[in-house]
Amino acid sequence: MSELDTTGTPDSRGWEIPTIGGVDWQDNPDPVEESDPLGLGKGVYRSEGKVPRGFRPTASPQALEKLRQDYQHAGEQAAAFEQGKDIPFEVYVHVPFCYRRCGYCDFNTYTTMDFGEGASRENFANELIKEMELYALWQQSAGMKLKPASTVYFGGGTPTILPAADLVRMLTRVRQIWGLLPANLQPDNLGYEASTEANPDTVSEKSINELAEGGFTRISLGMQSAVPHVLQVLDRTHNQANVVSAVGWAKKAGLSTSLDLIYGAPGESVDDWKRSLDAVLSLEPDHISCYALTVAPGTKMGQRIAHGELETPRDDDEAHKYEIACEQLAQAGYQWYEVSNWAKPGHEDRHNLGYWRGADWAGLGPGAHAHAGNLRSWDTRHPKVWTRQVEAGILPWAGHEIITGQEAREEKLMLSLRLYEGIAFDELVSTIADGDVTQRAQAREQVNSFCEQGLLERFTDKSGQLRVRPTVKGKLLNDGMIEAFLG
Amino acid sequence: MKQQVNQPGSTPQSLIRNFCIIAHIDHGKSTVADRILQLSGVVDAHDMRNQFLDKMDIERERGITIKSQAVRVPWAVDGTEYTLGMIDTPGHVDFTYEVSRSLAACEGAVLLVDATQGIEAQTLSNLYMALDDDLEIIPVLNKIDLPSAEPEKYGEEIANLIGCDPDDILRVSGKTGEGIPELLDTIVKKIPAPHGDPDAPARALIFDSVYDSYRGIVTYIRMEDGEIHSRERVRQMGLGSAHDPIELGVISPDMQPTQSLGAGEVGYIITGVKDVSQSKVGDTITTEKNPATEVLPGYREPEPMVYAGIFPMDNVDYPDLRDALDKLVLNDASLVYQPETSVALGFGFRCGFLGLLHMQIIVERLRREFGLELITTAPNVHYRVIAEDSSEITVTNPSEYPEGKIRAVYEPVADADIITPKEFVGDVMDLCQEHRGNMKNMEYLSTERVDLHYELPLGEIVFDFFDQLKSRTKGYATLNYELSGEQEADLVKVDILIQGERVDAFSAIVHRDKAYAYGVMMTKKLQKLIPRQLFEIPLQAAIGARIIARETISALRKDVLAKCYGGDITRKRKLLEKQKAGKKKMKMLGRVEVPQEAFIAALSTDDTTDRDTREKIRAAKKKASL
Repeated sequence: MSELDTTGTPDSRGWEIPTIGGVDWQDNPDPVEESDPLGLGKGVYRSEGKVPRGFRPTASPQALEKLRQDYQHAGEQAAAFEQGKDIPFEVYVHVPFCYRRCGYCDFNTYTTMDFGEGASRENFANELIKEMELYALWQQSAGMKLKPASTVYFGGGTPTILPAADLVRMLTRVRQIWGLLPANLQPDNLGYEASTEANPDTVSEKSINELAEGGFTRISLGMQSAVPHVLQVLDRTHNQANVVSAVGWAKKAGLSTSLDLIYGAPGESVDDWKRSLDAVLSLEPDHISCYALTVAPGTKMGQRIAHGELETPRDDDEAHKYEIACEQLAQAGYQWYEVSNWAKPGHEDRHNLGYWRGADWAGLGPGAHAHAGNLRSWDTRHPKVWTRQVEAGILPWAGHEIITGQEAREEKLMLSLRLYEGIAFDELVSTIADGDVTQRAQAREQVNSFCEQGLLERFTDKSGQLRVRPTVKGKLLNDGMIEAFLG
Repeated sequence: MKQQVNQPGSTPQSLIRNFCIIAHIDHGKSTVADRILQLSGVVDAHDMRNQFLDKMDIERERGITIKSQAVRVPWAVDGTEYTLGMIDTPGHVDFTYEVSRSLAACEGAVLLVDATQGIEAQTLSNLYMALDDDLEIIPVLNKIDLPSAEPEKYGEEIANLIGCDPDDILRVSGKTGEGIPELLDTIVKKIPAPHGDPDAPARALIFDSVYDSYRGIVTYIRMEDGEIHSRERVRQMGLGSAHDPIELGVISPDMQPTQSLGAGEVGYIITGVKDVSQSKVGDTITTEKNPATEVLPGYREPEPMVYAGIFPMDNVDYPDLRDALDKLVLNDASLVYQPETSVALGFGFRCGFLGLLHMQIIVERLRREFGLELITTAPNVHYRVIAEDSSEITVTNPSEYPEGKIRAVYEPVADADIITPKEFVGDVMDLCQEHRGNMKNMEYLSTERVDLHYELPLGEIVFDFFDQLKSRTKGYATLNYELSGEQEADLVKVDILIQGERVDAFSAIVHRDKAYAYGVMMTKKLQKLIPRQLFEIPLQAAIGARIIARETISALRKDVLAKCYGGDITRKRKLLEKQKAGKKKMKMLGRVEVPQEAFIAALSTDDTTDRDTREKIRAAKKKASL
């Protein structure tokens, strides 16, 4: 992971002491209950009354007010930064609400409308915007520059359970606080990407138009399957007609479209799977994700399987279906770019690519994860507690970790080996073994051996650099391969 | 505690009675012993722990006695205080030799039989030993408080065996204490007093020696003639070594130092020697100043009958395992071991044991007392192999089995006694048949129970015979065996190959008829136990170069998490780290990762003959006969 952009005076961590907004954060008058455990800059972990421990940027009220006034400027200022080799900055918003919970789902989502104390669907956008402000405040207090977001992604849950106006309001606030990267500053000249996940049942032509007009560029629809009995096992309520019309509206509104499929559900035959693939292809979305069904033990489906009501998904069956997907999607002109993702050229999900390429992102909303430099942090999962923290002016982190050395190398392997762009051969070798010549020779041999076993393939990129990426077999055995590299 | 009149060193032999208790496991020996301690007043009721004499945790937990103990207790009859030397004896077949030691230190034996179960095979064999030694036998039925007790029926059985009057058999309950005072009275009245010469030069028999981590070797002795004083230099006549005793004493029920020990008394001596081989059981102790000239009759040295490899899970624990064995052997001279190197399991030891239980106990003690994680290979016996060139080797480890042509192989055989209720006679005979047994004869102990005599290859007994005997007779049958000689047998070595590489830990020497069964069973077991990997893994069983069974572990086809987005990254990395840590516990056989549990499970002797296995065995045999 490379360092953060630093200007001014670096402190002992190599991070500058910030002066944005004319406030010197070093002179914070607030009492410090606990010294900064992370070395992240000014701020403490503290609890307040019945509010559990979270991370509080220790800004004075005046500083906070000044910052609010400066948001507008900060966004513009940030947008003006020279991009160069800068690490992209993204924003993820987690909307933890659904009309009903699907049997296989283990995401952080709730069917409750209103938890009380302001934790409700209705008030969610307001609270989330407060967290945006707290996050920006923390970034500054920790010496990071606010810079324009290259992507914004609304995931869930079901983001489209909220009125389109709320989603647009949140996106607008991102634009005000950080800015949205204009096309001329993007390497591919495509401009920012703003996606939302959507359930086909929760969108209308009107809401889709509203999203597009409000700045959204992309919509990802959860289709899962085209086969009724498979949808039923998955507890999905939508019918195929809704998917067809949603895709039509989205295309008409100029949004880039993505459809999600799940394979390997109990009772799904190979023919069922082929039918779903055919159905997706007939809709000609710009992007397709295919996920093997993963059953978590705590879910309703997990319990049904444990009780023998449903059969356990079999790896061999899923492998077979994956191979079918690879073949059919490639034939239809979709290029895979990650284990579970295919796109027409130029329609890769840049937000998700950011996760795998090591971008920084603000993770906002209950349970969302964030990444900044070598820090990974995650928000409190329960919306009610999360709301209390936000209301108390606490960045609602439930925990964090600092990724260094070995862990960073593990992540590098884990993420880059899922991608079509792969990893430079030499970088892979030095990531596997950072030690002496002998270790590197062994690592080189191991990489070559996986190439011979047909798990990896070598290729040369435009600049003539030798790289490796996983084959279909290597994608299917990705985790096993990474484990082998980690020795 | 009650003050005793008779003091060690000055107790006339006429007031001494030395006895042991012969009983089967679970027949309540320790409970009766506890009750005796309590009634005699040497242990206060509130100090009473159950099974006071069984010192080791394992003994207490398993309810069996491994090491004998010797306790001095007072008991008054008609106003005269007598001194009873109670020598506790192990009840299991593996520890027969320890019983024989105890018997030699006594003039009488209490034959304790569970009134709900009747006499068992091992008790019978110990009883015969006691009769051979001319010990006075006091037959006792225990557990008469239980509703299921049948004292009449089992009393009859005992009477037939030892030729006494059924009415003379005492009935006691260790649990309630009923009949115990009468038992003690009978011991005093019936068991003869020792009759050594108190004025002769001192002679004492070493009947046990144990290692105590604080005090070093504690040697248990039975005084025959003369007396020993605490400051007198003593000599071991057999070894020829001399020592100054650090302490002399009696156990009552804790160690009590005394000035001297006189003829007929049982006590202990601590000389400061550091291992049991320096305090040889069966040897005679005399004094340096006034030495005796003739040694007392000793014992037959116990010989290991069962061998197995013991390996640390993690090879860095090898030195710890060595230290642990060095310590255990201080306490248990019957354990033998020598370093062994296995390609699959690394550095370990090939150990010789008296029997399967002995092996289990040693392994358990290594685990528990020394905190070692271990893998043990399948137990086997020793074979005498004559090669084509008439050279001869003794094989205690399948990996030593010669590769070339073999002229003959001899295996040890044992005389086995199996006592079973008559309804299981057919099952027992089938079982013995399957294990290449030869019936010698069959006796009815009573109308209900039968004593079957078989000659069985020892190798068949040690593998899984005992467990099967128990399961086929609902736990009723009991087994006793004794090595009786050797016989030529058609034995072969079966190797197991994983990805074409022989895994020495799984090799076994088996009868040719069983080779196919072993090969099929092992390959099938391993197929289930070894997780699928990135490549296909062939599993084969072979005799020499000939493959007799084959299974395949197909290559893993999918091992990838479908999603790896923002929040999944940390979770997935932790999962990877966990798996990586788990992998460290895997043994690498070539490229194949084998979980340690697979070794343990594959080497366990459970019966896994399902239908598919049986069919494959039949097919393999058929193929071989074509």
